[in-house]
Amino acid sequence: MTSSQNDKNQKPGMGRRRMLKSLAGIPVLGLLGIEVLRKWKYDEKHNIRKQIVNELGLDDLLDSVKTVTESKGDLIRIGIAGFGMRGPQLAQALGFMEKKQFDDAVKNGSLDAQISHGNFNVAITGICDVFDLHAAKGLEVARHDIFTGGDIARKNPVKRYSHYHDMINDPDIDAVIIATPDHHHVPMTIDAVNAGKHVYCEKSPIHREEEILPLYETVKNSDIVFQMGHQIPQNAVFQQAKEIIRRGMLGNISHVETTTNRNTPHGAWIRHLDDDGNPKPGDRRTIDWKQWLGSAPDAPFSIKRFYSWARYFEYETGLYGQLFSHEFDAVNQLLHLGIPEIVSATGGQYYYNDFGQIPDMLHTSYEYPDKGITLTYSANLTSSKTRPRTIYGRDASMTVGGHLTMTPDGDSERYAGLLEKELVDPSRPMLEILKGSSLEESIDAVSSPTTRYYASRGLTTTTIEGREWDVTHLHLKEWLDCIRNGGETSANIEMALEEAVVIAMSDISYREKCRTTWDAENKKIVRV
Amino acid sequence: MNDKPETSKWQSALLVALRFLLGWYLLYEGIYKFLDPEWSSVAFLAESTWIFKGVADWIVSNPGVLNTVDFLNTWGLTAIGLGLILGLFTKVAAIAGCALLGLYYLFNPPFIGLGTTIPLEGNYLIVNKTLIEAVMLLLIAVAPSARLLGLDTLLFNRKNK
Repeated sequence: MTSSQNDKNQKPGMGRRRMLKSLAGIPVLGLLGIEVLRKWKYDEKHNIRKQIVNELGLDDLLDSVKTVTESKGDLIRIGIAGFGMRGPQLAQALGFMEKKQFDDAVKNGSLDAQISHGNFNVAITGICDVFDLHAAKGLEVARHDIFTGGDIARKNPVKRYSHYHDMINDPDIDAVIIATPDHHHVPMTIDAVNAGKHVYCEKSPIHREEEILPLYETVKNSDIVFQMGHQIPQNAVFQQAKEIIRRGMLGNISHVETTTNRNTPHGAWIRHLDDDGNPKPGDRRTIDWKQWLGSAPDAPFSIKRFYSWARYFEYETGLYGQLFSHEFDAVNQLLHLGIPEIVSATGGQYYYNDFGQIPDMLHTSYEYPDKGITLTYSANLTSSKTRPRTIYGRDASMTVGGHLTMTPDGDSERYAGLLEKELVDPSRPMLEILKGSSLEESIDAVSSPTTRYYASRGLTTTTIEGREWDVTHLHLKEWLDCIRNGGETSANIEMALEEAVVIAMSDISYREKCRTTWDAENKKIVRV
Repeated sequence: MNDKPETSKWQSALLVALRFLLGWYLLYEGIYKFLDPEWSSVAFLAESTWIFKGVADWIVSNPGVLNTVDFLNTWGLTAIGLGLILGLFTKVAAIAGCALLGLYYLFNPPFIGLGTTIPLEGNYLIVNKTLIEAVMLLLIAVAPSARLLGLDTLLFNRKNK
């Protein structure tokens, strides 16, 4: 029987009944629709996130994040001094990678965030490293810019300089990046500035107290653009932290806690052995040891010293120059603390004995009585338990690093209303900003697992307007933009001066076992 | 003599109710994902274990692919849920739903030794709710009476039994 015959044979009313039966899902759907609407309205009304945002007036917090503009302008020719560990990272942040490494990274999808963004129109035309192997690597990297597939690099061939003086004085170099051991930073910066080159110098700004004023005065009295290698101000999270502090949301700030927590020989700068325990490459034939020593005291050639230089006070201030410098810059950018009245350090070699002089346990306090603030730096090279960088205020405390949390104080007057209504709780953050992501997803414990997941993928990138950026890329960009268009860099010479004084005060306090103060009038450190 | 087991009215009613319930569940999952702009399958995929771990990692590391997966999830769940509630292309919807839930199961199966950090509201060993739901959808697909009360009866001019 065909379906039409079937229809004809149906009794009257059958069609209507079948029609009704076929539409039985509609009421179910309607009910679901009503319930979804009810839930949506309920969620809106009980949206703690929204209530907190309104109460705190945070809805425009994202406006404090600098947007990223395109870098335009004439080609800038850059020379890099030092191509060990940090040099290649800086080159990559500029857009230069070894061809093979680049191809592999494209293949396995591991390219860093910045690769897809921003051609700076720069060429690396000079490489200077005292070690042939590192210099050869530098040349390879400089020959392949990833934005034009090597076109810029081909038109602007790179040259190796065996002495940094030659590179700095070459008129074919416009700007230099200094990524050497710390005892070279000031001599190289001063020589580069005197040769009219713009300088991007890795931390620490100084190695010894005597270097502070010559560095400051040379840069200050020049027209060059100077940037210290402290990329944290470029982090969107950091910019929001600054805004939160500016709005006084933490209340009266009394204490800032900074830390270092590492637990590997590599983290303690023991780096002269490869993974199999054999000494890394390099000998007197391939390393210009005399140039490497520079102004440091004479010492016989040592592969240990060459790779693990940060453990020796002859070349470095240790934890202060390597890591506290970042901590201090972060705090100083946020709170403008400047130079403390008193610095006091204690610590020692409790674990890594007989290898250089730097301590593996170090505790230092910085007192700012006129500002009512103390800063502490506590470093432990035998435990990697995280202790976040924390700013304590009477109304709330804030941790700020790769992401930000703000937790109300249980006795806060400012947040008494929110605490009373139990909208916020002193045992957990009332605000969490994950890598500069939008505020909407950032309040209280309602952050989505997605954003949490991304936040855990390292602290070296930041999200601005939905795009992920390498903060070093942005920091170099700021330097290059200032070279082309004028303006002030974030980690300028004024910031470097304060940091340099604080590092020298800390270093002296630790090494000479005394407290230190700063004689602002005579511009010198006093032991007390 | 007819050996074919008859489906009683109660059995049919329960099968249709089961279809509505599964439809409701899947449709709301779709709507929820649509309404929450921050939702992404990334957290689920990142926790993936067993044979699909490689695929999950690949999806997570490719934003374009991840977006496509999120899109297909949201609209797939919505379409399947609508199909089940309305009784429209019920068989296709049920099989598609079964396949989707089967994938969820395989991306993170409760096997011995495969740890997961995804919070669970129960304790599972090999069998979990996702697997049971997938099998229930198969039941909907193969039981003709589960397709009573739906647009399919009109569309395919099915005879009422």
